[in-house]
Amino acid sequence: MSDPTDTRLRADAQASLRKIHERSLGARMWSWRYVVLRRIAQVTILLLFFGTAHWGWQFPGDTPLLTGNLSSSEFMGLLPMTDPLAALQIFLTGHLLTREALIGAAVVFIFYLLLGGRVFCAWVCPVNMVTDLAGWLRTRLDIKPLFHVPRNVRYYVLAAALILSAITGVAAFEWVSPVGMMHREIIFGLGFGFLALLAIFLFDLLILKNGWCGHLCPLGGFWSLVGRGGQVRVRFDRDTCTHCGACGAVCPEPQVLNLKKLEERGLVYSGECSNCGRCTALCPENSLNFDLRALIRKHNAQARD
Amino acid sequence: MTGKTTTRREFLLKAAQGTAMAATGGLLWVYLLRQEARAHPYALRPPGALVEKDFNATCIKCGQCVNACPYDTLKLAGAGGSLPIGMPYFIPRDIPCYLCPDIPCMRACPTGALSPDLKDINDSRMGLAVIDLENCLSWKGLRCEICHRECPLKGKAISLELHPRAQSKHAMFYPIVNSDFCTGCGICEKACPTAEAAIRILPHGMVQGRIGEHYRLGWTFDTEISQDFKPAETAPPAVQETTVPDKAPGVDYLNEGEP
Repeated sequence: MSDPTDTRLRADAQASLRKIHERSLGARMWSWRYVVLRRIAQVTILLLFFGTAHWGWQFPGDTPLLTGNLSSSEFMGLLPMTDPLAALQIFLTGHLLTREALIGAAVVFIFYLLLGGRVFCAWVCPVNMVTDLAGWLRTRLDIKPLFHVPRNVRYYVLAAALILSAITGVAAFEWVSPVGMMHREIIFGLGFGFLALLAIFLFDLLILKNGWCGHLCPLGGFWSLVGRGGQVRVRFDRDTCTHCGACGAVCPEPQVLNLKKLEERGLVYSGECSNCGRCTALCPENSLNFDLRALIRKHNAQARD
Repeated sequence: MTGKTTTRREFLLKAAQGTAMAATGGLLWVYLLRQEARAHPYALRPPGALVEKDFNATCIKCGQCVNACPYDTLKLAGAGGSLPIGMPYFIPRDIPCYLCPDIPCMRACPTGALSPDLKDINDSRMGLAVIDLENCLSWKGLRCEICHRECPLKGKAISLELHPRAQSKHAMFYPIVNSDFCTGCGICEKACPTAEAAIRILPHGMVQGRIGEHYRLGWTFDTEISQDFKPAETAPPAVQETTVPDKAPGVDYLNEGEP
């Protein structure tokens, strides 16, 4: 601990943290930019579905603008979109899907394969608004963890969803999915799904931090697996980083910000990163930035020169 | 990873704990699914819906059929209600199915849960109209027959049977449902003037019996009489184009002179 470089590093880190605390109001607002953008994306998508269902929004001509919901939809009568996990579950019940559903599933799958799977979680999924609120409130209220649950539980839940679909003959996750419930009940009218969302909110707030999205949701698990090769990634600049840890404190999936791995690879590599952008907006040294995977190596090399 | 060796006891314990977690979670999940799937046997599905088991499996709960329905007939079941979650249904007494010839709901379905094999809307079988004879105005002897008149397949799906009465000039006009033609659209149920509809749509499984193959109706013309016990060819459905005959007693009694 008496290592002089170590002390210097700690001083740097503290200086970084001070920078965060001493930000101007404008800078504070600016650091919320991705949150605002994500809310706009989530609400816009909901609104397009809602407007088409309730106000008969049509474009072009008399084709419905965006009909359906996140499970399956059609945009402007041209672009079918289907949740690939729902399609997979239906397939496992022993039913062949129609060509339209398969094309729709392929469209969505390829989109997130290229962009990064959990972009869905942070930018599209409506439950994210609920769990983000719970997470934010939890930090505010400084609620201590009750117990530890490994982050990889979601993959077991995903496996269970697939196996149970085959056994029970119905799409196991679709029948209990709070994601589906929330979208359906906002677009097509209220049932008791909001109770499930309330349960998730309280679970995340009082029991397990980032409990639903970060530990249990099999859809998040599915997109984590798909999104490993996503092209939009957060680039890590190891020369400017002071190890202050501000990013890890604000990240809903802090395991993806493992410093050792970041320094090794120069980017947030894990598919569990949802590209929510919190860390990039907050980092006081600007060491974390969105970038295209193909350019990250080049940019990192440039930064080092 | 840390070079720490796992003892057999630890390994077995971990395996047992994992299995227990998976089993409890899985059982709870399956219980939920089964509760949902068998929630309510009365659900009426849109035209072209596959049989219940296949419909439950293939419906992706997207609501595109609901959006496509021009009459707002279809609704999606909410969570925690009495119907299986998220799937389309309709309540004929509120809004029946008006049998669009182009079947927009079926065409909107992305998964084939509403089967594209349905080419003619009149071939759809959403349910079967059932008459409560005790509370049907026509069966009580009143001239109602609204269900017959409103039926899109009048004369086929609902026909009228005339029964003259000995004590009265009025004939009885019995509406009769023919399951070979009834689509289950529910326009009759919507139109029925009684306080609670005396004609209702129910899923076939709730109301239809099956006589079994060993009964042989020797007195019908289509049944071949033979000694062996082969099942008889099923008779083709008897199409009764019941038009009201002019001369039936009591039909036009107001215009007949007093005897």
